[in-house]
Parts: sequence; structure tokens; C-alpha cells
Amino acid sequence: MLRIPCPFCGPRAEIEFRCGGEAHIRRPPDPEALSDAEWADYLFMRRNPKGIHFERWFHAHGCQRWFNLARHTVSDRILAVYPMGEGPPAELSAAPEAGADG
Amino acid sequence: MRRYSIFTLARNALTGHRDWPRAWRSPEPRPRYEVVIVGGGGHGLATAYYLAREHGIRDVAVLEKGWLGGGNTGRNTTIIRSNYLHDESAALYDHALRLWAGLSRELNFNVMYSDRGVMMLAHNVHDVQIFKRHIYANRLNGIDNEWLTPEEAGAYCPPLSIDRGARYPMLGAALQRRGGVARHDAVAWGYARAADALGVDIIQNCEVTAIRRRGDRVVGLETTRGAIAADRVGIVVAGHSSVLAEMAGFRLPIESYPLQALVSEPVKPVFPCVVMSNTVHAYISQSDKGDLVIGAGTDQYVSYSQRGGIQVIEHTLEAILELFPIFSRMRLMRQWGGIVDVTPDRSPIIGKTPVRGLYINCGWGTGGFKATPGSGHLFAWTIARDEPHPINAPFDLDRFVTGRLIDEAAAAAVAH
Repeated sequence: MLRIPCPFCGPRAEIEFRCGGEAHIRRPPDPEALSDAEWADYLFMRRNPKGIHFERWFHAHGCQRWFNLARHTVSDRILAVYPMGEGPPAELSAAPEAGADG
Repeated sequence: MRRYSIFTLARNALTGHRDWPRAWRSPEPRPRYEVVIVGGGGHGLATAYYLAREHGIRDVAVLEKGWLGGGNTGRNTTIIRSNYLHDESAALYDHALRLWAGLSRELNFNVMYSDRGVMMLAHNVHDVQIFKRHIYANRLNGIDNEWLTPEEAGAYCPPLSIDRGARYPMLGAALQRRGGVARHDAVAWGYARAADALGVDIIQNCEVTAIRRRGDRVVGLETTRGAIAADRVGIVVAGHSSVLAEMAGFRLPIESYPLQALVSEPVKPVFPCVVMSNTVHAYISQSDKGDLVIGAGTDQYVSYSQRGGIQVIEHTLEAILELFPIFSRMRLMRQWGGIVDVTPDRSPIIGKTPVRGLYINCGWGTGGFKATPGSGHLFAWTIARDEPHPINAPFDLDRFVTGRLIDEAAAAAVAH
């Protein structure tokens, strides 16, 4: 079970949280203008990386607030927590191998 | 290939079983093959076997990054059934079930397929309605599935509690008698041995690190054991499908999650069938070795860790004891996780990719083992003829663009 550092409540057990899946998927501003393939890409295609994953979490049994989290999907190590609406930390976007150990 | 029989068994018994030949060769990879299959699990090995056997394509290599059947083939709960709701899925999974029936004889290898029946429990009105809908749909597709009352279900599986005062009392069950289990390792080994005998090179400890393209066409692979050229490449790597697709330059509608299973200490035969309960979230059978084989759920986040959280196991064991109070003092021996590749509609993807000569078989999610023979059979057809078999044609990658999904999420709520 993960221990998740909620930015509002501090470290708590994973069972208090709901994972909201991949972060930074932006709803297209004009869906009518998209091709079927572009719409499928928005709706269904996912990064699913073996490496650093940027994802959304919801502290359902705590403060009831959303936040973003960066985690390595092999070690499950949590590398960063940052607010909704912000992009991922630049140093993690640039170094996909960080946090792979242990 | 030296055939296995009662006579070879007796002859080798006389020499203390020291003279059995290796079941398959372990060749060095050649620089070029007509077809390379990436992934030495059951599905990949079956694909290679049917390529050689049914399509006469014997210049084939199977590349496995670890050991044969060491991924999800060796990590699942070996449940086999075909009682899926939609016509496309029913045809797909029953194609596999029909192959299971004759597989030991065909491969000359005992895969220990046992059609002991798969029983799915209903605990509320919605369960009853959806299972009866499944039963009627299955019968229209020529697939056996029948409704049992709680008393009939209790008689079919004596350890099952039919106590009306239970927290989630059982209201009835759907039983597919042709469903059952098989021995997972034997499936991988049987296909490996039979494919090797037809000339297929099985290469273990060989991880693919890059996929080489010329224009929109695949021309080969970079591996940890050197470059290998290939006219056609089939990817059958379950949880790592997105990783391979990224190497080839396209995206998949897949997310990978750890799915856990666990086994108890071995005990005498006590559990005669397979029982699944989506609502209380448990599935269980007993292996021929005697251990109870219990399937748990997936973690809620994407991961390649092959571990899984303890709370998932606790949740499953609470459900198991709710249904089978007699197991309350059973000790558990081992727990593990496998990485399952889950699609949005919980149906697999078997077909061509945007890269010419590159084919993919993935997205089996939490329930691929049951499909092993059918999956390999259809994927071999697809690779050999550069077009899908009618059974796997609906399961193409393009359905996520056209919107013609095959939604089996109800079938996959727990296991599948």
C-alpha cells in the first residue's frame, strides 16, 4: 500500500485516496472540429509509461481535495506532489529515469 | 521430438529418469527470421506453434525477456470459461474453449485441462438479472450456461455457504459446466515443445530494446542479444504492450495494473469446481496439487511493479471467508502480482497496427489465460495472411476510432 503525501493533510495511507488516472489530459476546446482519430486519442489512448507517470489523486476520506502526483511505475516511488492546474516539475519531465531504483 | 507415452515413461523409469531429452532446444538467435514473435508466454508460444503447424511458416523465433511462461501465464488463476455476453466475445472465447478440449492430445503434453465447471454467484437482484441475461445470450450462441438455485449451487460446491443470514446471501448461480482450469506451466511448455519440434527457435533472456522501421514498415528488432531482422513481427507482451508500441511509434488504449493472486497450503481435495463472485469480489478453485488458488483484484493505479497492495488481498480474503467459512483457519503460502493490460471495453486487441508487418495481440486484461489456444490460433492466422480471421476481425485497434466497442466490463468486474 502506498503512503501518499497529501499536500493538505500530510502523509496518509493509500486506502484514504482514489486514483484519478493520468493527469494533464486536456479536453479539446472544440470537440466538433476533431477527426474521429483525434477524438479517440483524447478519449482512449494513454501514455501508460514504464517510468515516471503523472497522475491525479483525490483524498476521498480526508480533505476531499484533488492534487497531482508524479510516481515511478516500476518502483512505485512517489517523486513529487503538485497542485491541480500546474504542469509537472521540469526536472522530472526531463529525466524519465529518475526514481527507478528500489 | 520424442513422443511422451506410457511406454517412454516406463522405459525412463527403469533408468531413474536420467535420460529424458530436453523438451526444446535453446539456440542462439539467427540474424534473420521470416516472423519474430515478441513474448514467450502462452499466447506467444501458441502463435508460433500454429504459424508452423497450420500455415507452414517455420522460419520463426519467439523472443522472451525472462523465462517461458514467467509473466502472466505463470501468475494467473487458470480459470477457463466462455460465457461472455456479446456475440463477438462468445465466438472468440468459445473458439479457445473448443481447442482446450483436445489440446493435451494435439501437443502430446498433458496440460491438465479439467472441465470441472465454473460457477458465478449472484448476490442481489441486479446480479440475478444480468446472469440470466448472460445465460440466454450464451444459449443463443450455442454455449452451455445454466441457472442454479442456491440449494443446487450448494450441492454442486459443498464448501459454499448458502446461509440466508449471510451478509451477502447467495440468490443463485450461473454454471458453465464446460468451464474449468488447466495447468499454466504445462500450457507454455507444451506449446514450446511442439513449436520447437516444428523448427521454431525459442530464445529466452532476450529483451527487445527497439523496433526498427523503414518508412511505415517494420524491418527488425534490436535486442539484448543483438539485432534481428524480420519480415513480420507479432507483439504478444501483455502488460508491456504500451512499452513496445511506443518503440514502434504508435499509442494504445491500454493501462497496466498489478493483479494479485495467492495460494494456500496444500490440502486434500475439498473444492470440486471454480467459484467466482463479482459482487463480494472473490474467485477460488483448488489445484491438483491441493492448494486453494485465490484471485484478488487490481491496484487502482498504473504500475509495472508485479507486487500489489496488501489491502487488495485483505478485501479478497474477507470475501472468501464470507462465502466459505470453512477456510477460516487455512494458511496462505504465497502471494504475487502480474501486470495486466486493460482496455477501455475490457476486450482484447488482436490485429494489425499502423506499422506494416507489425501485428499486436494484447489487452486481455485480467482474463487472458482462458483464451490462450484461441488467441494463438487467430493471431497466427492474422500474421500469416496479413488479415484477421472472421472471429478476431471485430477486435481490431480501429474500433476505438469507429466507436464500435465490445463492452465486456460486466464480465470483467473481478476476474475474467
